[in-house]
Amino acid sequence: MVELVRQRNAIPGLSAPTTSDLAVLKPFQLASSNDKLNQIAFCEWLGNRSPSHMVLFLLLFVLVSFPALAAGGYGIEKAMDALFRWMPFLLSKGFLFNVLISVLVMLIGTAVGALVGLGQISLFKPLRIFCWSITQFFRNSPWLVLLFIVMLAFPFEINIGGLTIPVPDWMKAVIGLSLPIMANIAEIVRGAVQSVPTGQWEAAESLAFSRTKTLWQIILPQCFKRMIPPWMNWYAILTMATPLVSILGVEDILRLSRDAMEAEGNNPALLMPFYSFILILFFIYCYPIAKWTQRLERKFNVKT
Amino acid sequence: MSWTEDQPMVSIKDVYKSFDKLEVLKGVSFDVMKGEVICIIGPSGSGKSTLIRCINALNPINSGSIKVEGQEVNDPHLDKLELRKKVGMVFQQYNLFPHKTALQNIMMAPMQVLKQDKDEVEQRAHGLMRKVRLEGKEHSYPGELSGGQQQRVAIARSLAMNPDVMLFDEVTAALDPETVKEVLVTIKELAEDGMTCMLVTHEMGFAREVADHIYFTDRGVIVEHGEPATFFDQAKDERTKEFLGQIL
Repeated sequence: MVELVRQRNAIPGLSAPTTSDLAVLKPFQLASSNDKLNQIAFCEWLGNRSPSHMVLFLLLFVLVSFPALAAGGYGIEKAMDALFRWMPFLLSKGFLFNVLISVLVMLIGTAVGALVGLGQISLFKPLRIFCWSITQFFRNSPWLVLLFIVMLAFPFEINIGGLTIPVPDWMKAVIGLSLPIMANIAEIVRGAVQSVPTGQWEAAESLAFSRTKTLWQIILPQCFKRMIPPWMNWYAILTMATPLVSILGVEDILRLSRDAMEAEGNNPALLMPFYSFILILFFIYCYPIAKWTQRLERKFNVKT
Repeated sequence: MSWTEDQPMVSIKDVYKSFDKLEVLKGVSFDVMKGEVICIIGPSGSGKSTLIRCINALNPINSGSIKVEGQEVNDPHLDKLELRKKVGMVFQQYNLFPHKTALQNIMMAPMQVLKQDKDEVEQRAHGLMRKVRLEGKEHSYPGELSGGQQQRVAIARSLAMNPDVMLFDEVTAALDPETVKEVLVTIKELAEDGMTCMLVTHEMGFAREVADHIYFTDRGVIVEHGEPATFFDQAKDERTKEFLGQIL
């Protein structure tokens, strides 16, 4: 009896002899634990490279891979030709859309995040706990999962009175990405406000300033500068995360590039030029932001 | 409110205050009349600063009564803002607003809190800068001023609210020895003008010179008090003698 149950639960090909002569896909296993170590070591090494190394690495990668692809029937020249033809379209319809999404997300995330951040220092305990909870929740959620949930849970149109407002996918994507950005901006605001010495609150209080007046006229003006570098940092991170929306069917640069490659006959030689182009675009856009952030950070540190 | 000037301006009765389990004040009582200057001295941790911070409700007290011009401070319905318009306070760490100039620091509260006219406030602020001998520093930011200069701006900032009583919480403790004097001179002039002052200080010579009354606190109670001459020369209590022996 027991033997029968075990046999019934057994997986043919794994814990029992095969019952079919068709090929069975076994679970993926690394060749040896040693290889795994090597993979992690490589990631660490890569993570520790400076940006200039990364650029060199990228170029090297592109240079090495192109001749390899050129060996096939579809030449690298043809692939580059295709890329150049698609470039204006990918830039104006694709990349600019990514930038638009990032700007909208940042606007919504900053506005709501600032309110949630201030809510965390409210004297009203339920509000404080509520704001703290949503901040912690959305800060510690994978962005892609949030995107999926918003995509599926949000209606495709909203009825207000007799008015029907359609909610396109890209707008849902904006809402989905706004959630983690909101939480992180909230943390920036809360941290900046709490970094102001308590003496400032006491001095204002003893001059008969109300709590709201103290916050707006004395505390926030002091920590506004401190919030700019981390805020910009989050903008760069967000921009680099915008291609996530392509998985959900939003026509961003990644999605359009794949469409373009499809239109060009899906030749593997197209992959490297097109994806490298996307990488380089994001790098050109985000690297100056990162540098500028560093400069501001140094400047503000010296001054205070 | 039937407070008149012949009644104590600040009346402290049987005040108890603890932070969690740590008892800081264990039944403190004394009165301060209008125009009087009192100094509170004592070893660190004896509750001096806590006491002075309770007077403008920065710290709430556990029991007892503090009355400022007849208004009870230990009252859950107390209008703290109204109280603080009457009580000025200067801190050890100056606590000037670093994003505002000296003049703006002085003008902020009268304009924002009392909603007074800007030109009138500005004129008064210039007068106060003269009073604390900082003419020409009106447009300097706190970071550009020395400790002594910052502290004098802080005093002027409090005075701009036209308070009836001024609290000084170890205002010279964080200063360089050479700048201590300029701050003390400012306070002394204030006292001579008839301002009611309550000072927590470690400057014994200064206390002796300006105070009408000295209170010595230790471990949350007032051990001994008296006029400066009798207090400093004929201390009776052992703890006072020991403390004065260490300091003088």
